[in-house]
Amino acid sequence: MTTSSALNGKIPEGPLAEKWDNHKFASKLVNPANKRKFKILVVGTGLAGASASATLAELGYEVEAFTFHDSPRRAHSIAAQGGINASKNYRNDGDSTYRLFYDTIKGGDYRGREGNTYRLAQVSTDIIDQMTAQGVPFAREYGGLLANRSFGGAQVSRTFYARGQTGQQLLLGAYQQMMSQVDAGKVKLHTRMEMLDVVKKDGEAVGIVCRNLVTGEVTSHSGHAVVLATGGYSNVFYLSTNAMACNVTAAWRAHRKGAFFANPCYTQIHPTCIPASDEFQSKLTLMSESLRNDGRIWVPRSPDESRPVAQIPEADRYYYLEEKYPSFGNLVPRDVASRNAKTVVDQGLGVGPLKNGVYLDFAESIRRDGRDAVEARYSNLFEMYERITGEDPYTVPMRIYPAVHYTMGGLWVDYNLETTVPGLYACGEANFSDHGANRLGASALMQGLADGYFVLPYTIGDGLAPKLGTTPVSTDDPVFLEAEKAVRDRVARFMAIGGTKSPEYFHRELGKLVWNYIGMERDQNGLEKAIVEIRALKDDFWKDLRVLGNTDTINSSLEKAGRVADFFELAELMARDALDRSESCGGHFRAESQTDEGEALRDDEHFQNVSAWAWNDDDTPQTKHVEDLIFETVTPTQRSYK
Amino acid sequence: MSKPLDLTLQVWRQDGPDAPGSFETHQVTGIPDDASFLEMLDILNESLIEENRVPIEFPHDCREGICGSCGVMINGRAHGQERGTAVCQLHMRKFNTGDTIVVEPWRATAFPVLRDLVVNRSALDEIITAGGYISAPTGTAADANDTLIPKEVSESAMDAAACIGCGACVAACPNSAAQLFTAAKLWHLNSLPQGQPERFRRTEAMVETMEQYFGSCTNHGECSEACPKEISLDFIAYMNRDFVKSKIYNRRLASQR
Repeated sequence: MTTSSALNGKIPEGPLAEKWDNHKFASKLVNPANKRKFKILVVGTGLAGASASATLAELGYEVEAFTFHDSPRRAHSIAAQGGINASKNYRNDGDSTYRLFYDTIKGGDYRGREGNTYRLAQVSTDIIDQMTAQGVPFAREYGGLLANRSFGGAQVSRTFYARGQTGQQLLLGAYQQMMSQVDAGKVKLHTRMEMLDVVKKDGEAVGIVCRNLVTGEVTSHSGHAVVLATGGYSNVFYLSTNAMACNVTAAWRAHRKGAFFANPCYTQIHPTCIPASDEFQSKLTLMSESLRNDGRIWVPRSPDESRPVAQIPEADRYYYLEEKYPSFGNLVPRDVASRNAKTVVDQGLGVGPLKNGVYLDFAESIRRDGRDAVEARYSNLFEMYERITGEDPYTVPMRIYPAVHYTMGGLWVDYNLETTVPGLYACGEANFSDHGANRLGASALMQGLADGYFVLPYTIGDGLAPKLGTTPVSTDDPVFLEAEKAVRDRVARFMAIGGTKSPEYFHRELGKLVWNYIGMERDQNGLEKAIVEIRALKDDFWKDLRVLGNTDTINSSLEKAGRVADFFELAELMARDALDRSESCGGHFRAESQTDEGEALRDDEHFQNVSAWAWNDDDTPQTKHVEDLIFETVTPTQRSYK
Repeated sequence: MSKPLDLTLQVWRQDGPDAPGSFETHQVTGIPDDASFLEMLDILNESLIEENRVPIEFPHDCREGICGSCGVMINGRAHGQERGTAVCQLHMRKFNTGDTIVVEPWRATAFPVLRDLVVNRSALDEIITAGGYISAPTGTAADANDTLIPKEVSESAMDAAACIGCGACVAACPNSAAQLFTAAKLWHLNSLPQGQPERFRRTEAMVETMEQYFGSCTNHGECSEACPKEISLDFIAYMNRDFVKSKIYNRRLASQR
């Protein structure tokens, strides 16, 4: 395979440690006085979007920020619990930029870009400084220094945290910083506005079309550059840990306008969630993986075990992670932990009323460190668990099971975070670039903030500099008028179907197909079936959808219909991508490609690359382009956590 | 184990900000007790759609008690009867079969109803915009460990920073005051060393913006009682102290000291 001519990653030359500095020096700068002449549209106000808006505005750019929530502070970054990585080496335990880079590239099963990943590790320390200066109340030691913990898959303590609400505190920090720029008049904020199309002129992104979710009004917005920070697509599975409104629409609309979609089959199944209890269930709740530091994961050795948990003797407990992976034990990376949980549950060893979970047991930690110590670390998580399940995890082990949590795939971007559409950028979870085929714990917050604070604000200048002196395209231009009409027509189409089934019904049914065929384990037969069944359900959707109410008021069924329609198209591409990638790597496990011990077996000869899919039209499946992954520094090896 | 519930719901319906509203009665049957309150509303909405009736709009998103999107009055109490619980984490096992449940939107002049149970809470963002931040432009920060912060100080700031901005405090207050929301943000930032330089400017600006939209505090304490994060009433006292001080320390008024 050789890299497609359509894809230039623009990875800078030079030694790994110097690439970012070299690139910053080589990039064109925009004179401070000229920055105010550029307007940048930022869609999404989560960690990546809010930090990008704030920083771009501080630099002097004119920024318009868009969120479909009632307030930027609602973005789903807020729900991240465990922490944020940074290679500060405050613990003196041997951490370094290179180690964080190495752990990330290895954790991603050598399917990430070296250049991007190293840069991520480099700027990680600046993020902690920045967020602390803003008043994020990170956990501290008694001496007043910042505290750290070790987190899923890391052998050093490099994770910073704020109780079990790290995402909330970081998002509020970025949100407040953005609001300070709203106060200063440099960011114009649009709330309850959903982006429904990217507008292009002469091949370049020139703006977006949005629908006001309160009034239904469709409006155009034009700028010199468009930044998508619109998150991931886990909700294609229906049940995931994502918030109800999370969706792929902004990224998908961009894809349909020419932005390549990379590695859609790389989805992450988080190992520690509360198992589903019934059909009515609307979402799954994550229990921070920091719990794996102190909890021991086990199932009974016998599928017929019927004694109360406390009476099951040690000898009859199967601590499967500790037995199989003596050096990492309960701290193996997420994909490994998840797949092993599936294995034991499939063997009939599951626990709970539906036998669909495994135990996460704190009895030993409570005995060793005392209940107070455990409470200090996890009290809010324990409370949340008890509220949802009605069980007290201090006395009865938690029940957990994997759930979809994060998507490593996303819009293809180069080193500048620019997509294949010039002038259109993607940051945070919406892009594909830094995590390879599997993301390590506490790295999503790091990447969102790295992109928004320290990467995009520099790299966007390179694309803007040549546009000095140009004004944004008028929103009366035919390209905007046509895009607006297409959005209105689509809204009208949903309303006009007049069928019998709700958007929720189709979403739930689609989710079952995606989970069953494109979930934790995939095989050729299932993936081929998935494509056929997804298409059939999609046809039914367009014939039998029922959306009631009006278009000129809040109408969440209508909003959902548009998002589900895009999930159908994405789901098919995910299946196609998973089928095409016949190797196993990270979160993508093909049953046909495993080691004798049942671990993911990569095929570096054929798949040491990124698959980036180009949209054709509604009747022609996407065309695959390939970007080779070149490892100048690390040598890809079979991951081993034994 | 699951025991299904049969309930009578009286739900507020309102087509838009200027439309008149009224209660609509619905019988829901066979609700699993493991369902959350919002999942119960999901079930009701699915049955409404089946009957060709427009579903009820209600605010919600993360459904794990952290985003602050959700919030309705349940039998006159913000987020329902469970202490320290947002409505998304209120489970039906806390109700009994045969119960009648009255569901209303937040009631406050500063939170106009947009539709059914959804209100506009953007006035809370206005308070933050007025000064709920520490000015620390990206790239200017010193090493994070340069400033030592005693653990107790950081923990206390975190107690206040836990606010999710749902607006239950305003909805529960007989005066529709936003003191608890504002005080929580002020204590988070004012108690930390990083927040000192802007402390009094921030306090004055946020309190005065708050007063443009919301009622006055008369120390009922309903806010803290309704708060899903159990934010302490003490923060309001600290805010009042800082507000008085801000009138003295405000540099614009220095000559009148």
